Amino acid sequence: MTIAGKYEVVIGLEVHAQLQTASKLFSGDSASFGASPNTHISPITMGHPGVLPRTNRKAIEYAVKMGLACHCEIEEDNYFARKNYFYPDLPKGYQVTQHTTPVCKGGYVTINTPTGKKNIQLNRIHLEEDAGKSIHDLDENYTCIDLNRAGVPLIEIVTEPVLQSSEEAWQYVTVLRKLVKWIGVCDGNMEEGSLRCDANISIRLQGEKKLGTRVEVKNLNSIRNVKKAIDYEVERMIAIVESGGTIIQQTRSFDAGNDTTFALRDKEEANDYRYFADPDLPPFHLTKDFIKTMQVSLPSLPEQLATQYQQEFGLSEYDAAQLCDEKATADYFESVTHFCKNYKAVANWMLGPIREYLNGNNFSFDQLSLHPEVLAELIKLVEEGQLNFSVASSRILPSLINGKRSPLQVAEEMDLLQVSDSTELEIWVNEAIRSMPDKVAEYKKGKKNLIGLFVGEVKKISKGKADPRSVKTLLEQKLDENTII
Amino acid sequence: MELTDEMIDDLAHLARLRFSGEERISVKKDLQKMISFVEKLQEIDTTGVKPLLHMSDTVNILREDEVQGSISREDALLNAPVKDEQFFMVPKVIKK
Repeated sequence: MTIAGKYEVVIGLEVHAQLQTASKLFSGDSASFGASPNTHISPITMGHPGVLPRTNRKAIEYAVKMGLACHCEIEEDNYFARKNYFYPDLPKGYQVTQHTTPVCKGGYVTINTPTGKKNIQLNRIHLEEDAGKSIHDLDENYTCIDLNRAGVPLIEIVTEPVLQSSEEAWQYVTVLRKLVKWIGVCDGNMEEGSLRCDANISIRLQGEKKLGTRVEVKNLNSIRNVKKAIDYEVERMIAIVESGGTIIQQTRSFDAGNDTTFALRDKEEANDYRYFADPDLPPFHLTKDFIKTMQVSLPSLPEQLATQYQQEFGLSEYDAAQLCDEKATADYFESVTHFCKNYKAVANWMLGPIREYLNGNNFSFDQLSLHPEVLAELIKLVEEGQLNFSVASSRILPSLINGKRSPLQVAEEMDLLQVSDSTELEIWVNEAIRSMPDKVAEYKKGKKNLIGLFVGEVKKISKGKADPRSVKTLLEQKLDENTII
Repeated sequence: MELTDEMIDDLAHLARLRFSGEERISVKKDLQKMISFVEKLQEIDTTGVKPLLHMSDTVNILREDEVQGSISREDALLNAPVKDEQFFMVPKVIKK
């Protein structure tokens, strides 16, 4: 057994997701990212005395939606508490949070592992406000504080310590990120900090029941870094234990410069947050009707849709999964299916030439300027043999995107419609046969698979306009006749 | 409950307060009185009584998700003891 094989890795993740609301959790300041420092602030955000914070209805809706999407139990009686500590980017001296009384309890997120699907159990999802930003490197003597982010609504999604490898953690964050974007509660942008991840990591000997001493790695700002940080940390912990040392409980940070982690705080200071119900914020009560409304407003989730696409539309597992990778993709697919029932062809077009175009322009399907009905018409022309696929995708499609004309108009104008009219075909076919007398002889001796060569030649001569099916029939007729041309 | 000097120091640290020797004696006396008062309240049998978290019965005082009520940066920075054109400035909070 390898050394690493002796140990079992136990990981719990805390993911903070910024809710996609227009305004902050308790004030009307804009919650948008990237504004000039200290312009999205008000007396409420700055924690001035005498202010009257009020809870943003949409933030509650989003938290409940996320809970329902993760199969959580929704708490009906909710209140906010103050978590008291001092830090310059926390202007009130406390953070408003549901840390101890979460709006969503339990639940799970399903991931794919090499051994099949696995449900990652959640502990809770709760609402809280974000802190401001401390900038340490702008001024030599001072830390600069920008409060634009202070008070922006977050949900914190906390797993049980059930993830068993960095790959599972990677999968989990990937699925979670897709889910928040899918249901529209968070933009999932890890670079801008809309989605942030802290990992609690420990190791123990295989078969051991007790959890090992955990280390918390903070501020993992990309899915790749989540995996790298865990890999590094597990290696570090195993090395400590193998050399007879003891792992100490620490908060560490990931250094993306060299893929290592370093200690931020040794041994947690005895934190005493003195949580108590926030007296300025009346409790909120969620009725069963409200929860039901939220449930109904949720779109079909990616996994359900992928299954449906396979069962109802006969798509492959791979195509179905690709179409359900982003909500915009699935939405576009469905709108095309209103006009075209050849589902496989729609999938092929979307995942082939259209995605190639989108990737080349860094667009997603919601930015595609091609009406679903126009795509359906184009598919129909190919189906009917009026256009061949490669001409349709390489020459017609580009002029349809952003254009105003119909596929038929474009094909006619560019003279790309396939010809199945026998007079014209016959001329091309005769020309092809005449140009390759030796091949004709071989064919007549029984090398029937040369037919493809002739079809290809006709295609070349006709510049792709000859309908290959009619060409093949005509060629066979001519070559099988005993006449010499 | 008997208050110790250590407890006073812990609480003072959490509240970022510093007491001189004399102040500490008087604060300790006051705090001891408060604790005794609460201990007196604890004599009441509250079995089956829900904790009173809020003084009023109002619930669901919510707002719509609309952007409004922000103030200008100039106004926001007006009371800051140290600032520049854009930021609140505080003593360095991390060691270099």
